This record gives sequence, structure tokens and C-alpha cells, in this order.
Amino acid sequence: MSTVTLNIDDRKVTIPAGTTVLEACRMNNIPIPTLCHDPELTNSGSCRLCVVEVEGMRSLSPSCVTVATQGMQVKTNTRRVKEARKTVLELLVANHPLDCMTCQKMGDCSLAQYAYEYGVKDDVYPGERRNVCLDDSNPFIVRDSNKCILCGKCVRVCEEVQGRSVLDFYQRGFESLVGPAFGSDLSQSDCVLCGSCVSVCPVGALTEKQMIGKGRPWEIKKVQTTCPFCGTGCSFDLNVKAGEVIGVTSNPEAPVNGRALCVKGRFGTDFIHSPNRLTAPLVKKDGEFVEVEWDEALDLVASKLRAIKSEYGADSIAALSSAHCTNEENYLMQKFMRAVIGTNNIDHCART
Amino acid sequence: MTNSINEIPNAQVMFVIGSNPTEAHPVIGAKMKQALAKGAKLIVVDPRRIELADKADVWMRIRPGTDVALINGIMNIILENGWEDKEFIAERTEQFEQFKEALKKYQPEVVSKITGVPLEQMLEAAKLYANAEKSQIFYTLGITEHTSGTDNVMSLANLAMLTGNLGKESSGVNPLRGQNNVQGACDMGALPNVYPGYQSVTNPDVRAKFEKVWGVELNPNQGFMIPDMFEAAHKKSLRAMYIVGEDPVLTDADANHVRKGLEELDFLVVQDIFMSETAKLADVVLPGASFAEKTGTFTNTERRVQMVRQAIKPIGNAKADSEIICEISKRLGVELNFNNTADIMDEVASLTPQYTGISHERLGIKGLQWPVPNQEHPGTKFLHEGKFTRGKGLFTVIDYQLPDELPDEEYPFLLSTGRKLSHYNIMTRNSAGLDSYSPEELAEMNPIDAKKLGIEDGEKVRVASRRGELETKVRVTDKVLPGMLFMTLHYKESPANVLTNAAYDRVSKTYEYKVCGVRVDRI
Repeated sequence: MSTVTLNIDDRKVTIPAGTTVLEACRMNNIPIPTLCHDPELTNSGSCRLCVVEVEGMRSLSPSCVTVATQGMQVKTNTRRVKEARKTVLELLVANHPLDCMTCQKMGDCSLAQYAYEYGVKDDVYPGERRNVCLDDSNPFIVRDSNKCILCGKCVRVCEEVQGRSVLDFYQRGFESLVGPAFGSDLSQSDCVLCGSCVSVCPVGALTEKQMIGKGRPWEIKKVQTTCPFCGTGCSFDLNVKAGEVIGVTSNPEAPVNGRALCVKGRFGTDFIHSPNRLTAPLVKKDGEFVEVEWDEALDLVASKLRAIKSEYGADSIAALSSAHCTNEENYLMQKFMRAVIGTNNIDHCART
Repeated sequence: MTNSINEIPNAQVMFVIGSNPTEAHPVIGAKMKQALAKGAKLIVVDPRRIELADKADVWMRIRPGTDVALINGIMNIILENGWEDKEFIAERTEQFEQFKEALKKYQPEVVSKITGVPLEQMLEAAKLYANAEKSQIFYTLGITEHTSGTDNVMSLANLAMLTGNLGKESSGVNPLRGQNNVQGACDMGALPNVYPGYQSVTNPDVRAKFEKVWGVELNPNQGFMIPDMFEAAHKKSLRAMYIVGEDPVLTDADANHVRKGLEELDFLVVQDIFMSETAKLADVVLPGASFAEKTGTFTNTERRVQMVRQAIKPIGNAKADSEIICEISKRLGVELNFNNTADIMDEVASLTPQYTGISHERLGIKGLQWPVPNQEHPGTKFLHEGKFTRGKGLFTVIDYQLPDELPDEEYPFLLSTGRKLSHYNIMTRNSAGLDSYSPEELAEMNPIDAKKLGIEDGEKVRVASRRGELETKVRVTDKVLPGMLFMTLHYKESPANVLTNAAYDRVSKTYEYKVCGVRVDRI
């Protein structure tokens, strides 16, 4: 593989040819702020927050779309660079609601983080702010276009990862917005509510409806696990607060799916805390189920199985194991039937 | 799958048959669209106008249940044109000549009449599939849920071997497995004929291996498959059942027959996380734990074993299923002696060749794809490189047969069943979000039929088969052919399986969920 060597902030850096300056910086732990960049999506070079100074170039270069070349001299942290980035942020903040304390994204908002780092105040460019209606037309995704910074990551993920192209920019200039065609709600569009757009939104413009008000990022424990629905085997993070699963967020490390999920995996795990869950063993007495202690239920099961086995033989007992349960549980179940009951009468919906 | 999911975006030709990935496996569907964006060609075989049909280069709107004829016809065209992979056939397969001879009767004109697929579409599909360097077949239950299910799968294997589209990256035969861990449940030997790792219970050497580790003498006879169990219950040769995490009253064909079978039992114990329709018939119901409440592994459709990690404690007084099984076992005098589920996986690894190198510790974030023959092995991305499991690939002559029950005068509609995007089988009805988003069955009916019967979109109708009847709302749509009705299995209020036919494939004993005759009446 051919490589190039360049100089970033007076450090000599060698990287594979074709690497962008942004990637070169990130590979070498040189921080560059970005809002519209995403390693899984094409680069749009639109937010201009990642600008750097490249010797010999008249204007600042957006590092995400500047390919590193041999001998390039790059400065990422000069006063000129910092001022340019600050201005970009000031312009974004000038048309962004400042209700951060009740915003679902607080603590996980890239705009807030960079505004803090660059010391942005809210009163630099006073003037009109957008005031458009909230789209909460569906049970899963809330779209607040007032908070949208037009980075376009949702547009690209919808097209490039999901192949749906439901979202795009519409209108022009100050009126610019992102949404389904003709400004319709998600529920009136071809959106299938996979939530990939939510997973890439850097601000509070797209949020998981079911998680609103349920927890702040610093209160949430994320547990990576595997989706319980279809056989694709997507992996995601269960968001847990105070012993309760409050929702699902993408885990970019997921080997099969990356951040992509479907409506079921991302929004369907609320079944965990459904009021319909069985929470105690039940034994049917006179045709009605009665809650009992575990010992009573288990003793009854064991004594019945023992009696039936001794009267009619092991092959008079059969079990269905579960394609929803884990490998370990399925292994145990077949071992139990074979080694303890003494029959091969074990099956599951293997073929359905 | 012989390939991996992330090989899909690099496919050149995708042959999708009896599979609706953008709804039933949405992330796989998305990967297929990524491949299309990169210029891949797409062949779709489906009687329904599924989303991918509209994106296909060739969409063959097949008459349900005629897959073998179609595949044979396509192979006939490939051979007529000399598009077969002669080198692959010579080096890696056997019984080709006999097979070639038998294909002769599947002349494209004859096949077109059987399948309803125009000649030019078959020709185009054959040309695309056979001539690309890397073609991938994808199939799901539209192939397997027929009385000819095994034949359908073997026909696809014939097609792949004929063109050398196997054992390569982005080229193979890929069943998209249904449930999250249906692959794993099979791998673990939750089947009546094999121990973990598909090792036959009737093989004395295999049995001796398991007897040694488990310390007991094992039953040498194959057990009952699901349809046999309900038959045996009717005949009283089966007396008790222990059902974990399944709801056959809703999900098995001819549900009324299944229900009666279960009612005949002397004792039924159901372990589940919800009061399922099956649980309602039980003598004892044991509350299990959901995937968020326990640690273990699932194996996905590409053979990737991945961690399931406990995030919260079991709800209420529920217990992890493994704990419940061990408790019952203890009361029957056998301590299963595992400290945790990692220990169980270690025993699995010691007995299951495909899992030898797998342990919870090794799985981490990315998991491992079996076969993993040792602790250092990185897992296997695609299967059958250079050699098949049995050595040479065997061409098998397969003849087309009709489905068990076709529409007739009394039951004039062909009912096919499946899934839709917003639900997964029956469990997602317990998600308040998904249930409010998609609360009821909408049986799909062609506008021509709706007009003939005077049925409006959204109207409630009665659907009946020889086995049962139900009420459902109708969605009038040209997604289905005239004369066809499509329903999902998700709704207990309109339980499609009271209608379906319990005739099954002779080998796999999979029910024919995809074809039966029904009648539709206005209410």
C-alpha cells in the first residue's frame, strides 16, 4: 500500500495514500470538530467546522474533503482556524433554540459541545429564528426542524444506508429545511421508521419519542446486546436507567448492521416492560390460574413428569424449545429432555 | 447462509426467491439496496409485488407453489445456451449427466405454462444469473413452507452448482433464517434427530460421545417432529408437553387441530414471558426472562454467534429459562451443575465441532462465525470454499409436484401467509409502540376480486378454509395477483393459521403455510 507523509501541527504523520486530512488527524488523535461528517457516509463538506490551514492554499480547507498529499503542511489550531470555526458555530446558534435544559439531546449534543469548547455566546447575530411545527405524527420519532442544523447526515443515511431517500433538503436560504417531500410529516411519507436518521443526528432535531424525559446520557447505562426479533442478528445498545430499559440506541461497532436497525429493533423492545408480562408462576386450579410460589410450581411439574414417565415411558413426553431463547438455554433444554427425561422428543419451530 | 451479510453490498447478481427482505429482514434488505446502488442486478421471484419486485431487473411473478418447475426451466435454458460452469461441474460435482438428461423435459414453453412466468423473463434471469462472476441466491420461507420445501431448496442448490456460484465471496446459497436464534436452536440440537452440531442420535459413536460427557445412557430412537407431536397427542401416545417460548396455537398450521391436540394431553407446562394462546391451555405456566434479563448467545443467519448481555434483573418473580430448567432437573434427581451460562457454552464447545473455538470470553463485540475449529480460529466468513461437506456436490433430479391443496370451486382463493415489517411473529404485539403503529390484520386482495365481491378497502370480511374461519379487514391492492389472498400470522384476533393447511414436506415436516384454498365472504 502506498503512503504519504505530511506535517500536521509540526508533527510528521504517515498515512495511506488517498486518506483525507480529517482522517489523518483522527488516526493520530488530533481533534477536529465536525458536524456533517460521518465515517459511514459520503462526505458533503457542508458544515465547514472542520476547516484547517494548508500551506499554499489561499482559503481555509475543509479537512473532510481535502485529500492529504505528500509534504503537505497542515495547521489545525491557529487563531484563524479557531475564529472561522467559532463564526460557523455562532451562525448556527443564532438560529437554534436555546432550550437546552429541557432538550432530550442535552449531554449528547455536538453543537452544544462545540459551542462550549469555542466559547460561543448566543447574542452575536441577533435576528429572526425559524419557527416551524414539530412533527410527532408517528409513535417513534420526533422531528423538530427548529433544531436542525442542515448537516444533511439524515438525508445521506436514508439514501446511502437504507436505500429509501425519504428525507431531503427543501426550500432555500433561511427557509431551508430537511424533511420528506412537500414538507409532509413522516407518517404521510414512505418512511418506514427505521430511525437511522435519529442515530446520526448530531443535535436534538431527531429524537426517539419513547425516550423523551426518561433519562439523561450520564444517568444511562448502555448494554450492548443482540436483537431478539429476526435472524439478521443486529446488535445495539439497550439504554438502562434505574433497572429499566428505556430504549435502544445504535452501536457503531455492531458487526452486522453498524448503526442501521429496523422499526422493530429500535423501537419494539418496550415489550420488556409490558404490563402483560408474566411475573409469577401460575397453576391451574379448578380451571382458573392461581399465582403460586416457585417451589410449588416446580414441584408440581417435576412430580407430573416423573409420574407420566413411569406410567407411559419417556417417549410419552415431548418438549418444544425456542428459537427466541439463547443457545445456552436450547442446549440445556435438549440435554434435559435427552439426559434427564430420556427421549429425543425435542423440536422447535426450526422450519418456520 | 453460505455467505456473510456484509458480502451482500458487493454482490453482482442477486437472485431473491420466496423472500421479502425489506420487510422480514429489513437490514439485509437495506444491504441489497446498497448493492443495487453500486450497480448490482436483481432477479426477484415472488407472486406478490414486494418492494424489491419494483426494483428488480427481472421480476418473475410466479404462480405460488411452482418453484421447482421454474428453477428447472431456468437450468434448462442455461444448459441450452452453454452458460453452465463446466469446470466447476467437472471438479466439484457428481451425477451431472443423469441430472442433465432429466432436465430435458422442462422446456421453457412447458415451464412458462406451469409457472405463469413469460419465456423472455426466464431467459433474462438465466442469462443474468449464470453469466455473472458472483451471483448470490437468497431464499426464505417462500421456498421452505411448501410440501415441496426440501425439493425447492435442493433445486436452488442444483442451480448454484450448475453455474459454479458457491464457495466464493459474495456468491452462494443464502437462506435468510427466520427468528433471532433459529439457527442457534438448530445448532444446539433442539431437534429430534440430532444432538448439538447436527450429530445424529442414531449413530452409536456419536451417542457414546454424548453418553460419556453426560454420564447417562441415551435413547437411540429419533424423536417426534412438531407435526408428529400433535398427532401423537391426539392418539394419546404423547401424554405431556413442556413448551418453552413458542405459541403453536397461533403459529402452527391448522391451529384448531393443534389446540385440540394440546387439550388431549394429561399435562402441559408452558414457559413464556407472556400469557400466550398456548399458555392459556397449560396446567402450569412458568414466567421466563426476556433477552434483556439474561446472558447468553444468539446465532444469526450468517452463523455469527453473538453475546446477549443481561441489562436488567428479571421482571417481578420471573427467572431465566436456564435456571428454571436446572431447577426442574434437580427435582427429577439430576443436578445439571453449571455456575453460569459461560460454563454451558464451554460444554457446548466441547461437544459441537462447529463451536469448538467459541467461548463467551472470545465473542466480545463482534462475535464469531462458525465453524470455529479451535480457540485461535477467527471464524468462517463463507462456506464450501474448494470442497463441500460431503466432498463432491451431488446433483439431484427433482420433479415438480403440485401443492397439497389448491383453490377449487368451494374455496376459490389461494391463501398465502407471511410477515410484515412492523411485527415479528406474535411477540411484538406486546410492544405498545409497534401495536399502536400496526394494530390489525389487513388481508391483501386484488382490486379485480374486490370489485367482483363488492368489497371495499378496509371492509371486514369472513375468510374460511376447510379447517376454520376468521374475520379480518381487507386491504385492496395489486400487490397480490387476482385469485390470491395474503395474510400475516401476527394477529390473534385474525389468526391466519386456523385456515392454513397442515400438510407438510416429507423430509423437513414443514407445513405448507404458503398455499391453501379459502373462501371470502362479506359480513
